[in-house]
Amino acid sequence: MATPEYALRKMPRPQVLTRDVTRPSRARWLSWVATTDHKKIGILYMVTAFVFFMVGGTEALLMRIQLGAPENTFLTPTAYNQLFTLHGTTMIFLFVVPMMAGFANYFVPLQIGARDMAFPRLNALSFWLFVFGGVVFYASLFWSPPQAGWTSYPPLSSSAYLPDGGIDAWIYLIHLTGLSSILGAINLYVTILNMRAPGMGWSRLPLFCWSILTFAILLILALPSVAAGVTLLLTDRHFGTHFFDPTQGGSALLWQHLFWFFGHPEVYIMILPGFGIISEILPVFARKPIFGYRAIAAATVGIAFLSLLVWAHHMFATPLSTVVLAFFMLSSMIIAVPTGVKIFNWIATLWRGTIIMKTPLYFAVGFLAFFTLGGISGVMLAIFPIDWYVTDTYFVVAHFHYVLVAGAVNAIFAGLYYWYPKVTGRMMSDSLGKLSFWLTFVGFNATFLVQHSIGLEGMPRRVYEYPDIADLHVLNLISTIGSFILALGVLVTAYNLVRSLKKGVTAGPDPWKGNTLEWFTTSPPPENNFDVIPRVRSVEPMKDIRRQVEREEEAATRRVSQPTPTPTARA
Amino acid sequence: MRPRRPLTRRSRRLAAALLLALAALLVFAASAFAGLVTPEHGGSKNADEINDLYKIVLYVAILVFVGVEGTLLYSVIRFRARKGRVPAQIRGNTRLEIGWTIGAALILVVLTAVTFALLPSIKNPPRSGPAGLQLSANGVRYAALDQPAPPGGKSLKIKINGQQFVWRFVYPNKAFAYQTMVVPVDTTVTLDIQSQDVAHSWWIPKLGPKFDAIPGYTNHSWFKVPASAIPQGKTGVTFRGQCTELCGYGHANMVAFVRAVPVDRYEQWVARQKRELDQANAQAVKQRAQFNPIPSQ
Repeated sequence: MATPEYALRKMPRPQVLTRDVTRPSRARWLSWVATTDHKKIGILYMVTAFVFFMVGGTEALLMRIQLGAPENTFLTPTAYNQLFTLHGTTMIFLFVVPMMAGFANYFVPLQIGARDMAFPRLNALSFWLFVFGGVVFYASLFWSPPQAGWTSYPPLSSSAYLPDGGIDAWIYLIHLTGLSSILGAINLYVTILNMRAPGMGWSRLPLFCWSILTFAILLILALPSVAAGVTLLLTDRHFGTHFFDPTQGGSALLWQHLFWFFGHPEVYIMILPGFGIISEILPVFARKPIFGYRAIAAATVGIAFLSLLVWAHHMFATPLSTVVLAFFMLSSMIIAVPTGVKIFNWIATLWRGTIIMKTPLYFAVGFLAFFTLGGISGVMLAIFPIDWYVTDTYFVVAHFHYVLVAGAVNAIFAGLYYWYPKVTGRMMSDSLGKLSFWLTFVGFNATFLVQHSIGLEGMPRRVYEYPDIADLHVLNLISTIGSFILALGVLVTAYNLVRSLKKGVTAGPDPWKGNTLEWFTTSPPPENNFDVIPRVRSVEPMKDIRRQVEREEEAATRRVSQPTPTPTARA
Repeated sequence: MRPRRPLTRRSRRLAAALLLALAALLVFAASAFAGLVTPEHGGSKNADEINDLYKIVLYVAILVFVGVEGTLLYSVIRFRARKGRVPAQIRGNTRLEIGWTIGAALILVVLTAVTFALLPSIKNPPRSGPAGLQLSANGVRYAALDQPAPPGGKSLKIKINGQQFVWRFVYPNKAFAYQTMVVPVDTTVTLDIQSQDVAHSWWIPKLGPKFDAIPGYTNHSWFKVPASAIPQGKTGVTFRGQCTELCGYGHANMVAFVRAVPVDRYEQWVARQKRELDQANAQAVKQRAQFNPIPSQ
């Protein structure tokens, strides 16, 4: 009776068959505009953010052309000030944060075994607020773009000095993307708190979800401060208040406190999801469980807590007492401990593994290697007498690009290569990926390593020209050349993303043999994600499922290979 | 079996030799590329001290960096997937976690201790030297909350006023100058840094720390140029700096020079500056009277 085929067919499979729910057909573009599906919203976020990334990168290249030679006249001082304001604001508010929100939107519900976010419509609203923020901001290109830097310090940003609408466009961008992020954060928080698969306790939550949970809490805590700040700035500019106007009893320093109380946690808002992505990728490609799961989760929360206590390290050169300086120096230094713990745990995850050298792992290792440098220069900057020398110079520019490009962007690229097959059902080209890695690796370090020296030689940031003294010319030229190599590397990945949509190898549900539940469903997942949600028994549910399947397969083959007992024998 | 002891001794020696070589390399590299990897200094003691502090921190940073990158590179090369290799299924090690947490914290404790040991000589202005300006008894007594007066309380106090896009320096005798600040050598110069419009930041790299000029606040700093800073046969030495806080379209061109000269030259200069200002003011009063005569009653 039981043929081998029959036995195999009856066996439980790891993939649950799912069907697309047939719906009245709509115009295709409308299905994207009107969607409340977390996956479509996630894709919208990621694609929009990537477009802004290219725009912000172009702005950076224009600045680097200007700085390629001393006393260059390629850009006017005003155009240069507008470009770095656009560049900084775009990369932070329109690229890194929404990109992380995109990853979170797409993968948090899948990783926790949920069928959507807790509030799907609110989710769509978040995305469109972000788009409107970007549109309002970039519309200023047709009038007068903002030119007070991404920090917009008053009095420079007050109507007395910059009366045109650029600063107002910037204020609306902060408000709209801020509202978008707060709503998105509430949504993610509620989703992770309430919609986890049966059995997924806190100690079985994937580390990416831990990082997104922390990201959400930080956004909720930090954003109101900048929202208040820009509202006060807006009323100062248009309704005759004087919150930041020292000539009328206001305080220019108050803005700096309000801004950095948000601004520093923002750095961790940008980097923590990257930590999460790295924590997902390393164990999969080392074929080893993550080393110190609890330590990494605890470090994530610890970093977030400390990040709320370090804001004045951006203000070490302002009039502050030594006690305040010492406090913010120590709190900033202490962050290095949980961050160091994470890096050690990640390296220990690779230790004695069998590392599969695919593109996601390349970018993850690139992250480890150079985020570390940004972390170390961060400790140097925390030491305030040193900061008195290097703050507001290219040394700081180098530092935060090591954190945000070597850190966040490497993590984003690692995540794109890792999750692209799940999102599209196709693999990205591995050889193009590696080419992109090496180009960005060389380009990035050529651009930013020398900027430490440029700063030490005394060149301030945000200057459109510099005199031909010391080594400034040659160092800046190296940096400019590096930036174009970096841009080429990014273009290779952009091309790879588009090309693989049609030409990529079919991925199948689980191309990397992943650990988490997003690999349990088809690629791309159906609208409802899962028909059946498995019970989670460990932090690596897919490993358990694969093991179970193996066991049952083995048992089945054993049963099949043994002579089938005859009905009479059984009787 | 080989005896174990000599081997460990040898490896220990090897490790010590390697560490020594690394340290020597670091010292060599730091001096060879001083301009590229360390701060500018040489114009004032606080700048020199910042440079010393920076170098100590840099050595520690390089050790940490080399350690982390070495381990990372080793693991990525050594533990690649090969046929027959099985990944060790280790989930963690509490002792190791505690170890590297404490290790990282200890490094920070050391850095903190070094910082606070060097801080006074960076922050607190010293006494003027014998070759410096002889400040009279009514020399300005200087005491801010965090920057104490120099011992003896005497310093040459110069008010710095930042404005879009130039620096103005006001001397104790009310003489003032734009862009170039002339100071006597070997004299403690204390600075009151202010702004009259937007935020600026005062910085001359070779003279040490930078401090923001924020409207509504007074910030403090100091420097003291040693007499030896003037090159042989020259009448003075000039240090260049520029505004480091974005202050508008002219930010990049808001430069500042500090010219340190011997005391007699300084006294001549500041007296001349005062005289010329007074003359110009008197001239202006005359002209005003000429064009706008005060109506006689």
